[in-house]
Order: sequence, then C-alpha cells, then structure tokens
Amino acid sequence: MIVAVIALGLLAGASGLLLGFAAIRFKVEGDPMVEQIDAVLPQTQCGQCGYAGCRPYAEAIAAGEADINRCPPGGQNGIAALAELLGRDPKPLDPESGIEKPKMAAVIDEQSCIGCTLCIQACPVDAIVGAAKHMHTVIARECTGCELCLAPCPVDCIHMIPFAPSITTWKWTYPAVEVKAAA
Amino acid sequence: MSALFPFHGGLKTVRHKTESNQTPIQAGILPPRLTVPLRQHIGAIAKPLVQPGDRVLKGQMIGQPDGYISAAIHAPTSGVVSAVDQQPVPHPSGLSDLCVTIESDGEDRWIDREPVDYHRLHPSELRQTIRNAGVVGLGGAGFPSAVKLNLAGRSEPLATLMLNGAECEPWITCDDRLMRERAAEIVAGLQIMAHLLGPAEVLIGIEDDKPEAIAAMTAACAGTSYEVRPVPTRYPSGSVKQLVKLLTGRETPVDGLPVDVGVQCFNVATAYTVYRAIHCGEPVISRVVTVTGQVHRPGNLEVLIGTPFAELIKQCGGYRDGVERLIMGGPMMGFALHSDEAPVTKAANCLLAAGPAELAAELPVLPCIRCGACMDVCPANLLPQQLYWHARAKEFDQARDCHLFSCIECGCCSHVCPSHIPLVQYYRYAKNEIWAQEKEKQRAEQARQRHQARMERLEREKQEREAKLRQKAPVRTEVAPHLDPLISAPSPTKGEGSGQAG
Repeated sequence: MIVAVIALGLLAGASGLLLGFAAIRFKVEGDPMVEQIDAVLPQTQCGQCGYAGCRPYAEAIAAGEADINRCPPGGQNGIAALAELLGRDPKPLDPESGIEKPKMAAVIDEQSCIGCTLCIQACPVDAIVGAAKHMHTVIARECTGCELCLAPCPVDCIHMIPFAPSITTWKWTYPAVEVKAAA
Repeated sequence: MSALFPFHGGLKTVRHKTESNQTPIQAGILPPRLTVPLRQHIGAIAKPLVQPGDRVLKGQMIGQPDGYISAAIHAPTSGVVSAVDQQPVPHPSGLSDLCVTIESDGEDRWIDREPVDYHRLHPSELRQTIRNAGVVGLGGAGFPSAVKLNLAGRSEPLATLMLNGAECEPWITCDDRLMRERAAEIVAGLQIMAHLLGPAEVLIGIEDDKPEAIAAMTAACAGTSYEVRPVPTRYPSGSVKQLVKLLTGRETPVDGLPVDVGVQCFNVATAYTVYRAIHCGEPVISRVVTVTGQVHRPGNLEVLIGTPFAELIKQCGGYRDGVERLIMGGPMMGFALHSDEAPVTKAANCLLAAGPAELAAELPVLPCIRCGACMDVCPANLLPQQLYWHARAKEFDQARDCHLFSCIECGCCSHVCPSHIPLVQYYRYAKNEIWAQEKEKQRAEQARQRHQARMERLEREKQEREAKLRQKAPVRTEVAPHLDPLISAPSPTKGEGSGQAG
C-alpha cells in the first residue's frame, strides 16, 4: 500500500516537473493563429478595418473581437480565404469599412508638391521619398494603394492611378460560356 | 531502327500540310517600315540601345539582353529609327509592348559580318556569340538558347542532344520546308550545339508524314553519328516532353526539364539560326513563316522580323472570302490575332487565315458527362476532367495538386470533348490566377516587412528621444542644489540642446 502511494506520488511529481519544464522550454511566442490570419491579409496597412494596420486587425480577428468582412483591399476573395482558414461562412464585405476597388497606386503631381513631408510621415510602408522643401515622389513598386497619404496633403497633389494593363500582368479571363442543360 | 516509346494519349489530326509545303521557301519583300518588339523571348525584355533618329545597319544590335534569361534584338534592315515606344504586338491580349520602329532606307546594308571558327573559341565565348546573335527557340516558346547550351552546374554529362523536327501542328510546314531545303545548314548548326554540349548521342525526331524532310536530313547526316528517327504522326509529338519520351523512353519529372533526365532538345530552325550566327556572323533577323488557310497562294516565306502580318498576306495573294480569324501558330495551340498590323516575331511560325472550314464550329457547351475521353487523349497523363472541376470552381489549390502546371495546353482534351467544353481555356485561366496570386503574395510580404521595419524605426526613435529626456533630467536636479562648477559647466549646453529637441 505504502509502496504504491510513494511510487504513484513520485510518478506524479516527475510528470509535473517534466510538464512544467516543457511549458517553459517549448513556449510558443505569439499566437500562431494571428500569423496565419496576417498572412492572408493584403498588407495594405490602410486601416479601413478600423485597426492600426493588418496585424492589429489579425489579432482582433484571432481574439474574436472583429469580424472577417472588414478588409476592402482583400475584397471578396480575401473574405473567402479568411472564412476557409477560420472554418466560418463567407459573408459580404461590410460597407461601413469601404468598398472593393481595383488596385491603384498613389502618384504625386510633382509640379504642385510643396515639400511638406506630411505624406512621407503618413505612408505606412515608407514608399514616399523626399525631404523638407524638396519635391517628393512615390516609389510605385512599393505603394500598397492605402490612400493614407491623400488626406494629409495640404495642396491635394496626390492622386490614385489604377494600374495600366500590360503584357506582363495580363491574364486569361474566366471562360465566358453558358452551359446548356442537355435536352 | 531503334524502338520507339509511345507517349500516352495524343490525337490523329486531319493533316493540312500539302496546302503550304508544295512550293519552295520564298524570300519576303522588304517592307518600308518594320516594328521590332523588344520582348520576343521568355525572360526579361531587352534594353533598347537606340533612340529615335539613329541610323542603324542590318544586323546591328538594337536591344541588349537584360540579365541571364533574356535575348538580344537586332535591326532586320538598314534605315532610321523613327520611334521607340509601345506598339501592338502579337499576343492573345492584343496589348502593346515596347518596340523599335525602323523606316527602311531600301539599301538593306549589313554590318560587318564575321564568321567564327568555333573550334578555336572557348565554350563560354561561343555561348556569348550565340547569345549576342539573339538566338532563341524558334519552335514557338522563344527560350534563350545560350542558356540551354550551358550545362555548368550539372555533374553528369548529357546523354542525348535532340533536334525537334516533328512539327505536329496540322497546318504548319515551315520546319518541313527548312529541312528539305537547308538540311546541311541545320546539321552544321547541330554540330555547334553538339560541340558545346558533348552528348553521348544525337537524335533528330521527324514525323513520318514528311518523307522528303527525313530523306534530306538523313543525307545531310551522312558521315556523322547523328541519327534521324522518324516518329509516327501523332499530335502532340512535337511537344518537348512527349518527344523525349517517344525517342528515349525517359519521362521528364513534374516541375522538371528534359535536361533533368539527360536530354536537351532544340527546334530545327533554332539549329539553323545557330549556323547562321557562327558560320555567317548573322544574328536572328528573319525566320520562315507558314502562311496558310484562306489565302490565295499559301506557302512559306522567309521574312524579316518586324514585318507586319498584313504584308505576308499580301505577298501570298491576299485573303480569300470568308476569313473569320487570323491565327498565329497552329489551330491547336495558337491564338487569334487582334489585328494583321502586328509584326512577325521570332516565335511566329505560322499565320493561319481561318475561315469556317478551318475553325471548329462553335457548338453549345453542354454539361460534362464524365466520359473520360479527355483523360484518354491527355499526353501529359493528367485527369483533365478533375482539373476542369477545380478550375471552374476556382479551387486553385486543388487544381495545382492535380498537377495543373504539367498541362502543356495542347488542346487534345478540348478537341475530343463531346460536350464541347473549352477545357484549355479553364486551365489557362487557373494558371494565370495562381501566378497572379503568387505575385500578390510576394508584394504583400514585401509590404509587411516594410511596415514592420517602419514600426521598429519609429519605436527606436521614440526610445532615443525618451532616453535623451531622461539623460537631461538628472543633470538639472544635480546641478541646482550643489552648484558644483565642474558639473554645472556643461549643463547649459545640454539644456540648450534638449530645449531645441523639445
């Protein structure tokens, strides 16, 4: 009897130590779910969802605080991807956060730019270069089209230009066929 | 004769070779204006070397290869560059691309052409010469040949060098005529390729509906160890992976290249341009194009790159009545041109003026009945029906898992489908979407990293500011009560500095 109690006690103690050690040694930093959600988001960092960027929105979704239909740049495809990831039903985009638009890039009208640096400070991905009282310009390749630079500009010299179709970005479209029911 | 290893599936197509292969290759006329696209190959677009107003000579390089996988572009005739801008190019989209427009001066004056003794050149110099001559695969893909002629980094020597003269598309005869008329030159080009690659065997695959070409090539190969292998006429035997299987029995792995199984394959016309580049010092500025279908005098023309397609049609007697579509490439794998003003490129092997007889009638699309006919003809051993379901439902991951990217878009499945489903269109759509998504993902990842770097920078700056403030604060409290001259001395400057910062 006493042997059994001691044996079981030792076993329980050893297991407890092992588990305690594993909890410290193999601790997962951050929430892996947040990473996965963040990977699906378009990384525009536009804040239209009401959060300060894609990652905060991902954290809010993971915590169950935000719905999955608040990302206009991701659009319906993005919502579908989130729904698939989280095992929920897709739903239409929340019109409160914005509408889905074709991808665009900001372009500064360099004639009108006064070099105030406000847009540089607003750009979430450092895609605008320039210095105080010198002309600014957008690195088109890095621009995510978040539109955050539009509002601060005091002379309204920034415009959103849609991407021109080119041979390299052209895609075959979904076949436009009407399937007839067999008679 | 060695055994053949038939590939899975394929089709017996109705041959239309005799329409265009009865007459010798004609020289194309020199058009007054040539529009030369700077992207005629797979890889990066060539960098323009000329500006409007420049005089150029025939064969002068006007576009420089930009990076390893890229190709040089040359002036097809002498004249004056009138524009370097966006012009319509032959592409399924009908969009424009960067082109050099040359107004011909009618003199057709060459640069100094220097033939090269390739035995004396170091292999890398020889490859460089071929690269500078703008040699790309002329079978239609346009992959830079100099890249394929470099086996550096592969430990095993090449087993087989293969020349593709199968020409399986039912209407195209440009390779057929080239082999009949210029077999010796093709074999001379092949010798240069063999010199670079050092293969154990050299095979030439030609479909057996071209007996004259087989005879001519066999005669030209006399005295060499090169072997001409007639292959049964079965579409798509001219597709690289299928021809490799047919002649060597080796299967190219998924996501792999024939060179992974020890085979390197070139088109016969490519070997011909290698010959021109080395033995004549002439870059690729012309090619043989089959003009066939609803034109008055179908045939093969050797035309300058940049010649508008309309000129070719004119030289072949013009359109007959009832032309509905102009197709570049064959009816199986080609695409409809938006205009006949687009120019001939290195990849343009055939121009088919298609009337109702050449086009498959547009029949109503019916639901898939799961008959499996597509699977029986798929030369890539895929399940076209399964791919169709996934592509149609936009389930791209599943389509990829069913080896969507092994599809060679030969069109056999669409051809046999009793429900007339445009299967290949679905596969092309799915492939394009997957590529676009992939690109989008890369962009997003880049934006994420830039955003993160910015946040870290802002945080660092904030901490630095706070550290400065903290540093300033203790100095003041110390100085005031003790009035120690040693400590108080630097304090005004510090106070000033932080005052500015604040």
